[in-house]
Amino acid sequence: MKINLSINGKSYSQDVEPRLLLIHFLREVAGLTGTHMGCETSLCGACTVELNGKAIKSCTMFAVQANGAEIVTVEGLANNGKLDPVQEAFWNEHGLQCGFCTPGMIMASKQILDRNPSPTEEEVRHGLEGNVCRCTGYQHIVNAVKAAAAGAGK
Amino acid sequence: MATTTTKTETFVGKRIRRREDPRLITGTATYVEDIQMPGMHYAVILRSPHAAARIRSIDTKKAVSAPGVVCVFTGKDTKGVGAVPCGVAMPDLRVPQHTILATERVYFVGHPVAVVVARDRYLARDAADLIEVDYEVLPAVADPEKALAKGAPAVHPQWPDNVAFTYHQDGGNIDKAFAEADVVVKQRIVSQRLVPMAMETRGVVAEWRGADRQLNLYTSTQIPHLVRTIVAAMLGLEENRMRVIAPEVGGGFGSKLNVYAEEALMGYVSMKIQKPVKWIESRRENFTCTIHGRGHVDYYEVAAKRDGTILGIKLKLIQDVGAYHQLLTPLIPQLSVLMMPGLYNTQNIRGDIIGVFTNCVPTDAYRGAGRPEATHGIERMVDILAAELKMDPAEIRLKNFVTKDKFPYPTATGLMYDSGDYATPLKKALDLVGYVKLRQEQADLRKQGKYMGIGISTYGEICAIGPSPATPAGGWESATVKIEPSGKVTILTGACPHGQGEETTFAQIAADELGVGLDDILVIRGDTAVVQYGIGTFGSRATAVGGTALYYALQDLKAKIKKFGEMLLESDDVSLMIGQVIDNKSGKAKTFQEIAGAAYRALKLPPNTEPGLLATRFWEPPNFTFPFGAHIVVTDIDDETGQIKIRRYVAVDDCGNILNPLIVDGQVHGGVAQGLGQALWEQAVYDDNGQLVTGELTDYAVPRAQMMPWIESHHTCTPSPINPLGVKGVGEAGTIGCSPAVVNSVVDALSPLGVRHLDMPLTPEKIWKVVAKKN
Repeated sequence: MKINLSINGKSYSQDVEPRLLLIHFLREVAGLTGTHMGCETSLCGACTVELNGKAIKSCTMFAVQANGAEIVTVEGLANNGKLDPVQEAFWNEHGLQCGFCTPGMIMASKQILDRNPSPTEEEVRHGLEGNVCRCTGYQHIVNAVKAAAAGAGK
Repeated sequence: MATTTTKTETFVGKRIRRREDPRLITGTATYVEDIQMPGMHYAVILRSPHAAARIRSIDTKKAVSAPGVVCVFTGKDTKGVGAVPCGVAMPDLRVPQHTILATERVYFVGHPVAVVVARDRYLARDAADLIEVDYEVLPAVADPEKALAKGAPAVHPQWPDNVAFTYHQDGGNIDKAFAEADVVVKQRIVSQRLVPMAMETRGVVAEWRGADRQLNLYTSTQIPHLVRTIVAAMLGLEENRMRVIAPEVGGGFGSKLNVYAEEALMGYVSMKIQKPVKWIESRRENFTCTIHGRGHVDYYEVAAKRDGTILGIKLKLIQDVGAYHQLLTPLIPQLSVLMMPGLYNTQNIRGDIIGVFTNCVPTDAYRGAGRPEATHGIERMVDILAAELKMDPAEIRLKNFVTKDKFPYPTATGLMYDSGDYATPLKKALDLVGYVKLRQEQADLRKQGKYMGIGISTYGEICAIGPSPATPAGGWESATVKIEPSGKVTILTGACPHGQGEETTFAQIAADELGVGLDDILVIRGDTAVVQYGIGTFGSRATAVGGTALYYALQDLKAKIKKFGEMLLESDDVSLMIGQVIDNKSGKAKTFQEIAGAAYRALKLPPNTEPGLLATRFWEPPNFTFPFGAHIVVTDIDDETGQIKIRRYVAVDDCGNILNPLIVDGQVHGGVAQGLGQALWEQAVYDDNGQLVTGELTDYAVPRAQMMPWIESHHTCTPSPINPLGVKGVGEAGTIGCSPAVVNSVVDALSPLGVRHLDMPLTPEKIWKVVAKKN
């Protein structure tokens, strides 16, 4: 099937198998390997990307379902080498260790802040419910999201 | 020409954000799955759905002719490949032949049976479903105590008692200690099987270059050099013809401190098809086929005087081995026995281990590896003893601690604790949590029928693993430091960090020693063709052992830099500071670039000095290090739902000197999360048929953000005398300190109901049943 979609502002027009997962389209057709497959069942959130402004799990969506969509992946956040405030905050606050969950964490965190620019700690934790990190114990991730919120509010 | 920054600023001890992060936060890091090569094929492994079965036949015809499929291999094809080795030598260790693909029998659910290779991963998966395996299903046993019972199914028919090994250790005079005791407390304590669940599953890319007779193996591992040695031997390949690269590794926690069948299998496949091949473990495979941790049933007995003095400790430890020994399987429970006395001054111990085969995936090192189990055991027993004697759990600990004037302290298990001051972190934690006031509040709440608990754990660890005679594969670590002709610094470490941040902390060490900026330094790890032989990252060793190798290499290099400085400055009295060599008399200086330039140009050389600026050290640690600390957990229990709410989590950890507090805090938080996972939620459950019931993230409850309490992380600092950095290691502290503090807290909360012990995980259902029954 032919699909047209935009990823990080760039247009793609491609024939794909109907069963091709969106994450495999991103990683192997578009060559954007920042989005990671962690569990194949939408439980860990490592594959989180933004689709038409909403955070979704790209491991349980077919590429054909994204026909016509505008997608943003972690590679699309930095602008001319300038990091997104959420990326910067993850770096400053040590919000990552092995880094495997990090692209999904950053995309989910952006979504939290899009919906609520100044979340409480509890709201941040609730917002990250769909993303698993096995390294950090989440505390520095919570700090990062709160720091990004504080920075954006300045 | 590039310039080397010279700075008076120092870096060790500061909260410096990590140098590895830019690639990780921008999605540009390269994990195994991100590697693409021309002509690359994909492998999917067909695995046994049965825990025990005889393979009558395997029909691969349909799969071989399926679209896109290049070939299918079974155990018959791979018979020439060496067995997956157990790296531990012990008297009477029973080692089953662990072939990379099953031959006549399968021994656990997930046992690899065949591999399908296709040009596309979807087609490989399709074809795997077309393989027909005729199994004769046999009785299985998944519980180690049931496996020891008479008449249990034999996991390996040649050993009908299912005993994999036994181990015995006596220290002091245990019989005398128990004979003289006023009180003996006994308890069966389970440390349940856990799934390490690194966020990145395992994965391998193998690339055979036939014309060069060279195998490149990209694998998600903590030990690339050991993988090279072992897999090359399995494949019958000369070791120097094999290159192992651990690219970005997405977490390991011990599960990647191993050599797996799939690593050799992919090497075999690539050599057969003469093309690169990629295998990426699915999450389901990660649950069923990557090693599990823990899996203990412990029978403890503690003898004490009426005043609380501990006289002796007995432990009978039943270790669930699983179907095979992986690299270190039989070693892990021995670490538990070594750590039996904890922080307490008792010289009488007896430890007995029975390793038991079950039809489950093997157990091996998972964060803490034997030490969380031991700490959980002794810290639970001390609380049980305190309850028996109606003593305060803090008081009984303070009474029994090895006091700080006793170091170095020889333990009853043959260790020599390097340094310690055990009362200080406990007292600090008691102050921070407001212990006296909390006990008053608890008394008030009990009058109202409310359940609030205060749990203390004071833990010790065996870290910086370790002296080579005490390890199966060498316990040293290596480092090379090069100053390039431009003056820039390159470090090659034999450790293999995968999230622990040594690209930053090692740069901090080198920057301070050389007086250069962090940006002048690059740390390279994880490639056997680039880095000298190394051991790897595990057992809280990378900084304490690998960092020390780096420190000594830097000293060698500094001596050589000085020689060139003396020659260029025509002085015999020079100092090395802030990236230059200064003549102490004239004040004239030569920068690193000038010295590096002279060293590589080599027009003139100092006496008895070779050109170039490079130093390599292999550092053998004279002992382990022994970090310690105190964790206190305050819980409130909802008697209607059985929910445990953690009100306070106070951790006071002593890991010696701290190189980067930001990274140390991160290690503690992550460690606590895994300890809390064991205490409250996680459990690998096999049913009686050997099916892993908790085989996905739907059923296996890893901690999520909203499940975690705020961790109040504090420190005391007792430097280790074992290494010049004074560091002890912190990777496993949180995990080791956590679980007994949580369980002690919940048992304390429920003690008015007569509760004396509860086994993990403390699920709401378990707690609710306790409360409902008593009410």
